[in-house]
Amino acid sequence: MSDRTRHTDVLVIGGGMAATWAAIAAAETGARVILVDKGFVGTSGVTATGGPNHWWVSPDPVLRREAIEKRLRLSEGLGDGEWMARILDLTWRYLPSLAKHYPFGSDGKGGIYYSGVRGSEYMRALRAAALEAGATILDHHPALELLSDSEGRVTGARGHAPRLDADWRIEAGAVILATGGCAFRSGLIGSHCNTGDGYLMGVEAGAELSGMEFSIAYTLSPAWASTRTLPYFAARFYDGAGQELDIPPGRAGHVHEQALGRALMQGPVLADLSEAPLALRPILHRIQPFTPAPFARRGIDLFKERFPVWLFGEGTIRGTGGLRIADHDCRTTVAGLFAAGDAATRELVTGAASGGGSVNSAWALSSGRIAGAAAAREALERGGKAKAPSRGLGQIGLAPSSEHRDLDLKGIDRTIGGEMHDYDKALWRNRDSLTASLLKLDGIWTDIARHGHAKGRKGIALRETAALAASARWCTAAALARSETRGIQVRIDRPEADPAQAHRLLTGGLDRVWTRFEHSSLVEAAA
Amino acid sequence: MIALILEDRCDGCNACVATCPTDVFDATETAPIIARIDACQTCYMCELYCAKDAIYVAPDQNAAETVEYEAVLASGQLGQIRRDHGWDRPSEPGHLDPYRLLGPLLNEGAETAVRRWSVQHGGA
Repeated sequence: MSDRTRHTDVLVIGGGMAATWAAIAAAETGARVILVDKGFVGTSGVTATGGPNHWWVSPDPVLRREAIEKRLRLSEGLGDGEWMARILDLTWRYLPSLAKHYPFGSDGKGGIYYSGVRGSEYMRALRAAALEAGATILDHHPALELLSDSEGRVTGARGHAPRLDADWRIEAGAVILATGGCAFRSGLIGSHCNTGDGYLMGVEAGAELSGMEFSIAYTLSPAWASTRTLPYFAARFYDGAGQELDIPPGRAGHVHEQALGRALMQGPVLADLSEAPLALRPILHRIQPFTPAPFARRGIDLFKERFPVWLFGEGTIRGTGGLRIADHDCRTTVAGLFAAGDAATRELVTGAASGGGSVNSAWALSSGRIAGAAAAREALERGGKAKAPSRGLGQIGLAPSSEHRDLDLKGIDRTIGGEMHDYDKALWRNRDSLTASLLKLDGIWTDIARHGHAKGRKGIALRETAALAASARWCTAAALARSETRGIQVRIDRPEADPAQAHRLLTGGLDRVWTRFEHSSLVEAAA
Repeated sequence: MIALILEDRCDGCNACVATCPTDVFDATETAPIIARIDACQTCYMCELYCAKDAIYVAPDQNAAETVEYEAVLASGQLGQIRRDHGWDRPSEPGHLDPYRLLGPLLNEGAETAVRRWSVQHGGA
């Protein structure tokens, strides 16, 4: 096995926006960089099929201050103005640096339009830029577990490359988790690989999570095909009998989703886009070609005919929870381990609000660059190879505590997804339903930990299911512990904000999940 | 989900095998095969990266569909996503110009819904 071990300064795990920006920033320092992705860098993750807009404010001090003050109000006490200023600055400086690889268009006023980019071209450009900067990209190399030395410092990762039918092992001076958020296999386009692997690997190494209660968000889409860019906002909605439904507008947020969720639990909901902006119709296919295709291929004229819709769960992708950022350089609380993008908490820049769209994208770029540069610096300062022998940190799915049994992974995935995203649970969160969900998820976790063991592709799938279970437990435990309504965490049994809970909520733990508010040392067992 | 690889168009470049984010395909001596359809997330990336327009993804992401070769050819959809992207002319200025209109148009739609709801509920 040892001959398959590779050595590098920085190992980036993940293949989306944050991972590639991290690889670019790290490689620019002269450090050796290897990026491993579960899929293919360019197509994997939710960016490639989307159209990320970046939080984009010119350096005018007044405009910047106003933008930050607005986001601070939305953050409901959990945001950090200095971090917001940093990501505005980094995004403004670095997004245009992709111009060699991305065909930025006109802003219609004689300038260049930078802030909104189409995902497939953007990810193609980021791949090219990472390779040009000197990073090595290993596609189809899912990571299974982190490695650490005897002092608990993260020193690399181990995984399996199914296309090569080979295990891999990489030792590194520093490791960046940029594995994305988790949509709990909701069918959200591009999210199939977003199973929370980085959360699990991070917590196994001793890292903490923050903001996992901010994990309920949905995207409205045709029921047969998730698309993330559509003019649904002007839609009228009808039930299966043709009766118009009274749905508050999309801008109303949670009550809009509750009304749609309530209707969807009773039967099909049909959207009517006949009032969508006229100017959109002739150019939609040029803006986002993935959107009209599922209609054309069903023979549906999307602006004239009604069609069934579905709310696809976004989990922590449009939510904000993730690995806790412990310092200015995107370090986690574990030595040698950094986090970026949706794998990290975005509360610093969004607080309790969703960072959906622009802030999350600016965060992915900025936290990627920050983590990449800092990880490279740290690795180069330490110099060369890891100095101590390293061991794997994963347990669940790798080393069962009891006799092996075959598990129905697809069935388990569906059950976990239901606990997270079933409308009656997610849109009407309350103490009783969250407690029942947590009990069920704990049972799933215990089953996998006791009996789950597999190799090769099945081993990867098993670890994905374990990560889904773990992520769902952290989200649910955090939603239970935050006994109030704040931002996108809505508790119907606690409909008001509680001033005493205006703090970030941390969670972690494996067999036993814990939660605690960031300001307090009091730890509460969640079960 | 992925439904058809047109062997007569495929030149065996295996770009789909390499780029599929969920590793659905296996390479063979000729055209790739759909080896793991249950992993397909209907993301259309294989179509985008297929220079020969030899792949057809059926629109239902919840179930595999059987499609007829002739019907797919007649649909005009082969390569449509790639052409709409302008995927083969990345450095050509201007082909992404309409993209900036997305945000304003989404806003316009959102405002339409707000106004309509307000009127329906007798509000201001």
